[in-house]
Amino acid sequence: MASASEQGGITQSSPGLFDISLIVNGAPQAVRVPARRLLSDCLRHDLRLTGTHVGCEHGVCGACTVLVDGVSVRSCLMLAVTADGARITTVEGLTEPDGTLSAVQQAFADCHGLQCGFCTPGFLTTITAGLAENPDPSPDQAREIIGGNLCRCTGYQNIVQAVLRAAELRREAGLKREAGLTREAGLTPEAGP
Amino acid sequence: MLASTGPDGKVLAGGQSLVPLLNMRLATPEHIVDINRLTELAYVSVADGQVMIGALARHAQVLADPVVAAAQPLIAQALRLVAHPVIRNRGTTVGSIVHADPSGEMTAVLALLGGTVLLASTGGERSVSAEDFFLGPLESDVRPDELATQVSLPVLGARAGCAFAEVSRRNGDYAVCGVAAMVELDGGGGISRARAAYLSVAGTPLIADLTEACGAGAGADLAAAGRLAMARVSPGSDIHATAAYRRHLAGVLTERALAGALAHAKGRSDG
Repeated sequence: MASASEQGGITQSSPGLFDISLIVNGAPQAVRVPARRLLSDCLRHDLRLTGTHVGCEHGVCGACTVLVDGVSVRSCLMLAVTADGARITTVEGLTEPDGTLSAVQQAFADCHGLQCGFCTPGFLTTITAGLAENPDPSPDQAREIIGGNLCRCTGYQNIVQAVLRAAELRREAGLKREAGLTREAGLTPEAGP
Repeated sequence: MLASTGPDGKVLAGGQSLVPLLNMRLATPEHIVDINRLTELAYVSVADGQVMIGALARHAQVLADPVVAAAQPLIAQALRLVAHPVIRNRGTTVGSIVHADPSGEMTAVLALLGGTVLLASTGGERSVSAEDFFLGPLESDVRPDELATQVSLPVLGARAGCAFAEVSRRNGDYAVCGVAAMVELDGGGGISRARAAYLSVAGTPLIADLTEACGAGAGADLAAAGRLAMARVSPGSDIHATAAYRRHLAGVLTERALAGALAHAKGRSDG
């Protein structure tokens, strides 16, 4: 599954405590955790990445969703030791290195896709993975992507809009990138957007 | 390892059922045996008329497999109703069957298709049929020193069709009532065999033979099958639904699932 575990591997430092290594938002992290530590608690308490929110702690609300090796996963339903060696992306890791918001984050701002914000980290990570799998979702498919996330403020309409807007932003960014590459290669795009 | 931990040990695969139980302190095993590194068990294959699903194959992996979808369409029909995509990314199909939740879609699929579960221990392997596997709600015939390594499900026959119908309070929730149906056609377009599995209406998946109720010939009496289903189930009441509502659903969903299975069978026979 993972590279870091194959190099180092999980070790028990003292009874009930394990040394694990994770790559969180691109940065390698070594953490000592009890066997029973949830990945959500490891991220929040051990690594102080409090962007990952814990709502229900039994997999219903979706607020704690993170990406594990690019796949959306409930961090409250995964033990930290199971994640040893994995690449984790939390909501903190969605922003571009220069601080620019990701397409999904920008779409939430554009469409007013949040109110209190508690559920937002889970929506952002879930939609990021959902659009990677299906870059051009229909409104129904957008609802299916967010079907496992609860929001008690917005009534979901604006979040569905944000999914569609994010897909649009990703396409625009893709077109710009392509146009840039074409210019660099000394070619003229047939029709600029 | 399971042999040494005995009844105090619990196998962790996808964790989408076990970890909620741990978090709510409903389960407090002394030892967790995490099988997530046994990646050789993350397989799905079709051979000799059987779909074989390894213990570490995630729902999402099984659902996305085109060979499985072609060989036994009921599997994908059911998996689309298992929770949400994010849960399906982690949860394993074998794990959900071993968990033996009477409201689980895949338990009904195993029961309806008459599949088998392969159990391994240091003493060897044994294969248990679906009818012997489910002992009660959340109780299956896995001994503490055993690991369920594989589930086998027969592929769909030539003149057969299947469908899954369920009602849940919200998209992805546990089914208030669900029906998996399978029909086989005779040469003349009539039903030669009709069976259905029911979830959330009994402690273990309930199977009903609806062949006689449907009647012979091309004009199948699905309403009669629905009435038979209502007579056969004995659901309980809880905060989600009354027994009477569940019984009503069993009738409606039987008709709906049988109609779907019939159309599916006819489509496959014509194509």
